[in-house]
Amino acid sequence: MPQAAFTAKIPAATASAPRISVRDLTVAFGSFVLMRNVSFDVRVGDIFMVMGGSGCGKSTLLRVLMGLKEPQQGSVLYDGENFWNGTEESRSRIMRNTGVLFQGGALWSSMTLAENVGLPLQQYTELSEDEIREHASLKLALAGLAGFEDYYPSEISGGMRKRAGLARALALDPQILFLDEPSAGLDPVSSRLLDDLILELRDSLGTTFVIVSHELPSIFTIARNGIFLDAQSRTVTASGNPSELVKNPDTDDSAMLFLTRGGKHGRQGESSENSPAATPQKEQA
Amino acid sequence: METSPQVTAAVQGPLLRVCVGGRWSMHEPWPREAAEALGMLPDQRVRELRLESEDLGQWDSSLLVFLVQLVKAANARNLSLHTELPEGLDRLLKLAFAVPAKEGSARSKSSLGRVARLGERVLALPPKIEDFLNFLGEIMFSLWRLFLGRAKMRPMDLFAAMHECGVAALPIISLTSLLFGLILAFVGAVQLTQFGAQIYVAGLVGIGMLRVMGAIMVGVVMSGRVGAAYAALIGTMQVNEEVDALSTMGISPHDFLVLPRLLALMAMIPLLTLYADLMGIVGGFVVGTVMLNLNPLEYINATIQMVPFKHLIIGLIYGTVFGAIVAVAGCYQGIRCGRSAQAVGQATTTAVVQAIVGIIVATAIITVICNVLGV
Repeated sequence: MPQAAFTAKIPAATASAPRISVRDLTVAFGSFVLMRNVSFDVRVGDIFMVMGGSGCGKSTLLRVLMGLKEPQQGSVLYDGENFWNGTEESRSRIMRNTGVLFQGGALWSSMTLAENVGLPLQQYTELSEDEIREHASLKLALAGLAGFEDYYPSEISGGMRKRAGLARALALDPQILFLDEPSAGLDPVSSRLLDDLILELRDSLGTTFVIVSHELPSIFTIARNGIFLDAQSRTVTASGNPSELVKNPDTDDSAMLFLTRGGKHGRQGESSENSPAATPQKEQA
Repeated sequence: METSPQVTAAVQGPLLRVCVGGRWSMHEPWPREAAEALGMLPDQRVRELRLESEDLGQWDSSLLVFLVQLVKAANARNLSLHTELPEGLDRLLKLAFAVPAKEGSARSKSSLGRVARLGERVLALPPKIEDFLNFLGEIMFSLWRLFLGRAKMRPMDLFAAMHECGVAALPIISLTSLLFGLILAFVGAVQLTQFGAQIYVAGLVGIGMLRVMGAIMVGVVMSGRVGAAYAALIGTMQVNEEVDALSTMGISPHDFLVLPRLLALMAMIPLLTLYADLMGIVGGFVVGTVMLNLNPLEYINATIQMVPFKHLIIGLIYGTVFGAIVAVAGCYQGIRCGRSAQAVGQATTTAVVQAIVGIIVATAIITVICNVLGV
């Protein structure tokens, strides 16, 4: 099937084969092993959270999935196809099916927003200049940036840059979107709007999301599945739906601390020992 | 199911029905009927737009772009709109119009006439000059604070900068000055051998290198090597808000970033000039002894006799001034850099160009002054 094609229906998430499958991954910088024995599956249409404290390798794991860093051991399978063992050609084909939103947006500063969004279209489609412009306008409008086509990245705010980065990631209608801390640095309302947009894209396009985040409200609102990486044990200590993990007493301590903002050890947790910090978020959801 | 995208448009009284179907992909062109459907919208009889789908297979943004264009055109004429589309498509269509374009955010591409543009440039000049003078003033204050011992400059930074623009630059200075001495000797020899006055090559190379050429060589090389590096470094710090971080802690970026680099260059360029002078004379010596068959001792003696000491001092004055020019151009462009990758590139280029132009202009001025003073 040609890339960038999708059905309007949400694929039955549970029945289908995993979109991304990670097996026994070991990631290292030289002799320093950042994580080992990491395995998980991301199903089609999932919103998959990669959680963990600072320095546990969330962003690095994302870089491995995006094809920017080669793992020391283990495999990453996209729709059953081994990514790192494949040819250069198959890798670039897989990558064209993914979109990436970098932490700071990573917009090209010498191009306007429309040109930023239009560049992948120019590279990989036969569309004319005008059509590319229409596509770029649409993607910017979806990200809530209608009318900002001719602005340069330096002329807009950080939150807008992030949304423009999302518009660029959406340019080729990818089946998989990687978002690195999408709501970090956004105000609560913008962050909520971004969450809504993610849910909307998942529901209407069936896009699969892999998101690195430590914004708890956003995690509880949108995540359906996820893993928790621990810096101490350097592997996955908990996996599953965060909203269920937080209710499960068997959940690993480090993951529980993360999901409850320090839990009863934290000052705010003292007053509500039995109801973790997730309660207000659930109301919001 | 059709594999190519399908559009059927029909006007029924006041109603325009547009029905989409088939498979839509951005790798396939729109069907011909799509343009026709868009063409029917301005028709005055049409009061209502109805969007439907039939046998719609897979679709992507190309379908959405088409529908958005229809809806935009319909909105422009205030037509009432009804959609009977698959849920996901309908929601995306609504999302595309969820956040209205911000008032006044669209750019109008105003084109000024040539005269007006020239005028704008001239009008932009005085603030630029004022800004540069402000920068020079800040540096003077920094130097004054340094004199009083209150400047927050780390000695480590000064030594690192001195290493960078001193020892680390020796290889390239050796190469360029040696070759420059050779070239100078060659060019002189062509004329002087016609009079049998080969020995004067020693004086030509000695005076030429010592008085001005050594300093210019060092200045030009250093503006490319160090001036560009300063502009890029401080410019990138500006992009990362590192310069602002210094300011908020009450540390003047001029004290902390500019001063060590300025002092290092002003101290090291005269020393490099001295070294370049020597290498240039060695170059001349090689040509004199190998090509012109002069006695080595004779060449050295001639150099000592024909080159007065004052030329060395004048050369060092040139060198010190060039050091200041390179440092000021590099640091000024860095500090005033915009906040983007492009701005850093621009700052680097401008720093080098300004440094080289500055060096040439300064050479001319100092030469005239020396002439007037008769030294």
